[in-house]
Amino acid sequence: MNELNDLYQEIILDHNKNPRNWGKIDNASNFAEGFNPLCGDKIDLYVNFSGDKLEDIKFVGNGCAISKASASVMTTLVKGKTKDDIQKLYNEFHKIITEGCDHNHYIDENLEVFCGVKEYPGRVKCAALAWHTLNDILKRVGNNE
Amino acid sequence: MKNDSNCQIDVKKIREDFPILSQKMNGKPLVYLDSAATTMKPRQVVESIADLYFGYYSNIHRGVYLFSYFTTDRYENARTIIKNYINAKYEEEIIFTRGATESINLIAHSYAGYNLKENDEIIVTEMEHHANIVPWQEICKKTGAKLRYIPFDDNGELILEEYEKMLSPRTKIVSAVHISNSLGTINPVKYIFDKAKEYGAVTVLDASQSIQHTKVDVQELNCDFLAFSGHKIYGPTGIGVLYGKLHLLEDMPPYQTGGDMIKSVTFERTLFADVPAKFEAGTQNIEGAIGLGTAIEYVNSIGLENIANYEHSLLEYANQKIKEIPQVKIIGNARQKASLISFLLEDIHPHDVGSILDKLGIAVRTGQHCTEPTMRHFGITATTRASFAFYNTIDDINVFIDGIKQVIETFE
Repeated sequence: MNELNDLYQEIILDHNKNPRNWGKIDNASNFAEGFNPLCGDKIDLYVNFSGDKLEDIKFVGNGCAISKASASVMTTLVKGKTKDDIQKLYNEFHKIITEGCDHNHYIDENLEVFCGVKEYPGRVKCAALAWHTLNDILKRVGNNE
Repeated sequence: MKNDSNCQIDVKKIREDFPILSQKMNGKPLVYLDSAATTMKPRQVVESIADLYFGYYSNIHRGVYLFSYFTTDRYENARTIIKNYINAKYEEEIIFTRGATESINLIAHSYAGYNLKENDEIIVTEMEHHANIVPWQEICKKTGAKLRYIPFDDNGELILEEYEKMLSPRTKIVSAVHISNSLGTINPVKYIFDKAKEYGAVTVLDASQSIQHTKVDVQELNCDFLAFSGHKIYGPTGIGVLYGKLHLLEDMPPYQTGGDMIKSVTFERTLFADVPAKFEAGTQNIEGAIGLGTAIEYVNSIGLENIANYEHSLLEYANQKIKEIPQVKIIGNARQKASLISFLLEDIHPHDVGSILDKLGIAVRTGQHCTEPTMRHFGITATTRASFAFYNTIDDINVFIDGIKQVIETFE
């Protein structure tokens, strides 16, 4: 099964089985729903912002291992970060799944497991769902200021 | 274990007609189990299209030179082949479209849009492909007619008592899928249509998944309209068929207007051509029609009965093997089933199943199969579907079963 390891790495399988920050936040400051009508993947994303800082984040949803692991990894990366830092991570992640990994540059080790996604064009949207949903929230938070 | 050579058809020889089946995918010999989505094309079909373009191509119905006659003959000959294949009464009852979707839209807009009134009713089943739901929803919005759905049980069989309760003089159209693309159920459409006829309703058959597997006789089934796509019966993409009873087609307004569908045009008024030309506006998909004609001749040369028997033996073998895997849950357990298996693998998402099988050279379909309401019945969003055609082998199924086991191992 070596040919599969580029996509289904241990980390992805682990996050799929034990998603971090799984659940809902009562009275969350922000909420967004992500939906991929082609495959039926769905995510509910709850976020608490304190000023510019993302204090807490949780999610629930239905989806494949790639979408669930991506959401789980994302929550661990963005918690405690400012909007600007999250935006940078978003850009980096987006580049990784669409263009692949440029190992001449520093890549956050938590995002490295998604380097193989580019080779599966049908799965790029699965990996992107949680990040796009968070991006929707970021845009709204930006507009409120 | 059953051996391929015991069957009525020579699968080894047939596979030689399908060069793509000798290709590799991701470095592994291709195991193509997605024929319900689209079928591969035999050499004969592709060659008939090449012969057209390299040998005698020209536009149809208008040239006064020999090649135009040739092309027109071949195009019209395809119509005759299809007419015979579905046992229609007249050539004029066969309309070329872009596919089953366009055929159903044509019926909805031209027949239903013209004839239905407020509170009339259209009945479809709950296991329709979106293509046999959405056009009716749209026409209901325009006419004020109501759309009703025949429910099905957890095995994937229609609940006919509910259907019979629904029928009334308000029922104007009953449209049903012959074989469900996501469950494999073979529906008792003759019974359904006979009942519809007791109330004078017009009957529509979506034969997209049956036309390539089983005899579809429009007269015996009592259907007024029938739709199918060429690419699911070994023909090219972009061509499909609408069958309609002649008197119905004659009374319907055109769906599209323009060239080749007129008798005479003045600036004040236009006299439309007779069927089938009335419904074939503009230059038609000539290569598609000719390719489809060749595809149906190819199917005839193998024999539908042989095809049905062989595919059924593949289904039985696959069923037996897949049921030995305890993690598998089959979705759709109708007593009458076509050669496809929709299934779940515990909580492993079908897209993960599909991606892993892909790496092993196995092509299956994953997702909701354009049947969202059907998926909702089972409280799921997607399944993995393996579908079989006469070019598949017992070996294909063995590789597939082994692939499923590898998926399970990956997620253990």
